[in-house]
Amino acid sequence: MTYLAKPKLHHPDLPKNTLGLTRRDYEGTVSTLCAGCGHDSISATIIQACWELAIQPHRVAKLSGIGCSSKTPTYFLDKSHGFNSVHGRMPSVLTGANLANRDLIYLGVSGDGDSASIGLGQFAHSMRRGVNMTYIVENNGVYGLTKGQFSATADRGSKAKRGAINIEEGIDLVLIALQLGATYVARSFSGDKGQLVALIKGALTHPGAAFLDVISPCVAFNNHEGSTKSYDYVREHNEAVNHLDVITVHREITTQYEPGTAQEVRQHDGSVLRLHKLDAKYDASDRIAAMTYVQSRYAVGEIATGLLYVNHKPRDLHGSLNTVPFPLNQLGERELCPGAAALEKLNESLR
Amino acid sequence: MRIESVNDFVIKFANVNGSGSASANALFAKAILRMGVPVSPRNIFPSNIQGLPTWYEVRVSEPGWLGRRGGVDLMVAMNPQTWDKDVAELEPGGYLFYDSTKPLPKAKFRDDIHVIGMPLMEICNATYSDPRQRQLFKNIIYVGALATLLDIDLAKVEGLIAEQYKGKEKLLEPNIKALHMGRDYAVAHLPRVGLQVRASDRVGNRIFLEGNSAAALGCVYGGATVAAWYPITPSSSLAEAFAKHCRKYRTDPDSGKARYAIVQAEDELASIGMVIGAAWNGARAFTCTSGPGISLMGEFIGLAYFAEIPAVIFDVQRAGPSTGMPTRTQQSDVLACAYASHGDTKHVLLFPQDPKEGFEMAAQAFDLADRLQTPVFVLYDLDIGMNERLCEPLAWNDAARYDRGKVLSYQDLEAGKRFGRYLDLDADGITWRTYPGTHPQRGSFFTRGTSRDRYARYTEEGSAYVDNMQRLLKKFETAKELVPAPVLRRAGKGARFGVIYYGSTAPAMDEALALLEHDAMGVDALRVRAFPFCDEVLEFVNQHEHTFVVEQNRDGQLRTLLVAEGMLPPEKLTPVLHYDGTPITARFIDREIRQRLAAFNVAPLKRTASGE
Repeated sequence: MTYLAKPKLHHPDLPKNTLGLTRRDYEGTVSTLCAGCGHDSISATIIQACWELAIQPHRVAKLSGIGCSSKTPTYFLDKSHGFNSVHGRMPSVLTGANLANRDLIYLGVSGDGDSASIGLGQFAHSMRRGVNMTYIVENNGVYGLTKGQFSATADRGSKAKRGAINIEEGIDLVLIALQLGATYVARSFSGDKGQLVALIKGALTHPGAAFLDVISPCVAFNNHEGSTKSYDYVREHNEAVNHLDVITVHREITTQYEPGTAQEVRQHDGSVLRLHKLDAKYDASDRIAAMTYVQSRYAVGEIATGLLYVNHKPRDLHGSLNTVPFPLNQLGERELCPGAAALEKLNESLR
Repeated sequence: MRIESVNDFVIKFANVNGSGSASANALFAKAILRMGVPVSPRNIFPSNIQGLPTWYEVRVSEPGWLGRRGGVDLMVAMNPQTWDKDVAELEPGGYLFYDSTKPLPKAKFRDDIHVIGMPLMEICNATYSDPRQRQLFKNIIYVGALATLLDIDLAKVEGLIAEQYKGKEKLLEPNIKALHMGRDYAVAHLPRVGLQVRASDRVGNRIFLEGNSAAALGCVYGGATVAAWYPITPSSSLAEAFAKHCRKYRTDPDSGKARYAIVQAEDELASIGMVIGAAWNGARAFTCTSGPGISLMGEFIGLAYFAEIPAVIFDVQRAGPSTGMPTRTQQSDVLACAYASHGDTKHVLLFPQDPKEGFEMAAQAFDLADRLQTPVFVLYDLDIGMNERLCEPLAWNDAARYDRGKVLSYQDLEAGKRFGRYLDLDADGITWRTYPGTHPQRGSFFTRGTSRDRYARYTEEGSAYVDNMQRLLKKFETAKELVPAPVLRRAGKGARFGVIYYGSTAPAMDEALALLEHDAMGVDALRVRAFPFCDEVLEFVNQHEHTFVVEQNRDGQLRTLLVAEGMLPPEKLTPVLHYDGTPITARFIDREIRQRLAAFNVAPLKRTASGE
């Protein structure tokens, strides 16, 4: 970490996106996390993804719970409103915010303690409601801010820094998200920026509940021999099922794939998710198969990454509730208040 | 002895829950109302769906006393499980109406009451073959018989049945037939009773509705667009009524789409979290719950207080602690709400006295929450929430505009208006906020439960923390000028004693005050309608030699709040407490205050005839 503020002056040749903004325009304050923390790579990736997609920063609402991961929303998108809420309860706050204004982009950032331990219930229910959001869990299997206790995603048998062995089964949030109807489910690794940028872009453009489990090693407490969330372990056991390319409406398709090796999903906003298969048999549109696949890889000690599942016809909470197509927070007395005459009529029926 | 009374008596129906008695009994009460005679019914029900005892108590009162009186003049004993207790509850000279199909030993009755037996089961078995019909029509048959006994205009009952089955005429005819069957039996076989309903004009244009439905309507009128809730008695019917009202009033006529969003959350934590998220994002949002829910919401309520996010929370109180008596009434969450959450917190509370005020304060709560940027609790109880109550018609001023509080718009930000999320520019402790997504360059800030400076930047600097906490106190002072003022009723000039009360105690208090006044023992009365207390509340206590604080909880919670927040001397405030889960009665208040007045050497001019 550094105490030096970044200079606000930009290099004149920094590349600009279609909004005329540079990557620097998507940054936040300087990170206060440990040097080498996986979370900082994820913040940088979020900045890159938003910049590439030319998202207007102020149209993003970034929400988090409590913990190291939940501190990160201050480190990106400083033109966005942010909400660092209560431990494990980001999903409900995000859900409420989303109900109030369906037109913003909702980015929830959480950790494994925040989402799999204290917040498992809210995590699960936000998935089953199909809240239109990008939900990123920065997963390091450990409590950082309280100095190294196991979290609920720590694998059974994984070793803590001081030698303790985790005796409880680890929770795989990807499997829960798949089971509960998340319509975009991916896993990635903070050390694989190329894969992660595309997955975040896909999630941000996905009009439903998009969940990303990003293994993000904790350099202070969980990056040692015997840990299954260390840089070395994840690099060795990472098995990507596909490579994603997000083709926005503004961008021409350039990469060509051999027939049968690519899978395409056209999204509501006109963008296309193009998946280059690394495992020829893997079908990212098959939810049940995805669940089986993830578990079968886990059984042999491998971590399946990539876009594991995407539903090309996602539903979202507003659709389920049949709400009006514009933000509820913009409605006024005229649309909301039935008025005195209606009340008089109602009085009459109560006599 | 025989109780003789016109338009002034209590009738109680003892039933088994799940037997369909509730709608028949409500029909009975409403028919009396249609005759222009005020009634006040109360459901006394178990936390159960089928098979346990349930009671429906109807107070008929020509003078219009709507509190529970205490005592029963006519018992409709339809539940063998509670027979002994029900018979014992009757006033001497009262009437016992029961199903005489199976003979009961003489020991099961009392000598000082009048017994009216009707072979209901026998009549039903002879008429209907379907067991469900036997049960349902039995209820209508006894309504027909009772209406006849009490001189209730049967045409009013028929009219109500017709309204109920409008469009389902197939069901109308058998109900009318059952009603007539009861009438015919009563005319032919039953003795006259000394209780009578005579047409009057004391109802006026008043309406009859449940507090939860009224509060839900207040949410519709007050502009709530997001509701998140978790089912808990006695608040669930508020959320359900909101859904019903919204379908009626908030469906976009062109698209058929909803101008509202209601989520039944997984628990109370998620409910309040959604409310906070929605309100942070500029929607008016509420949740409704009861005591256990408030406990669960504690952490989030502190966040909303500290991060200054509007939230409207309805607490329909029941008897605690823990699961307590979930279907019984109490006012025992006053302190839990006033100081909800860890750390130094205090919150705005509103205390409606009836459905009419429930409607008004529900709507007002949203203005207050937006203006003050803080949680606002609307605190009432099961007695108001789940019973139909006679009250003044609901009214709305179409010229009124929602007060969305201090929110900077795109234009404000564009014009360079000064912005610091926690910067007190107007010296009232309330700072300006922005909704997410307002302006590309200006007005963004980070909301957090951690300490921060006036520009919303994280800090653990002690001076910045204290500065913020002091400002929150200043804001709470500002709240005093905005919340509903107390209602004062003077007994006459120079009353030495005062009484403070709030919420559902009001109808019983109205009557108790009249009883005391009748015997020249009148006390000045102040109905508190909100916390923080306005200066008038504290002045009232200071103006009187002694003040009684009447509440429906064990520990005198409002009194504690008065002592703590008003710096009032505790010896000047005597608690009068009723907390067995039943609604407080006028007889109770009258007796308790008389006893205490006697200690101050105040004697009544004469004794009243009745005493509980």
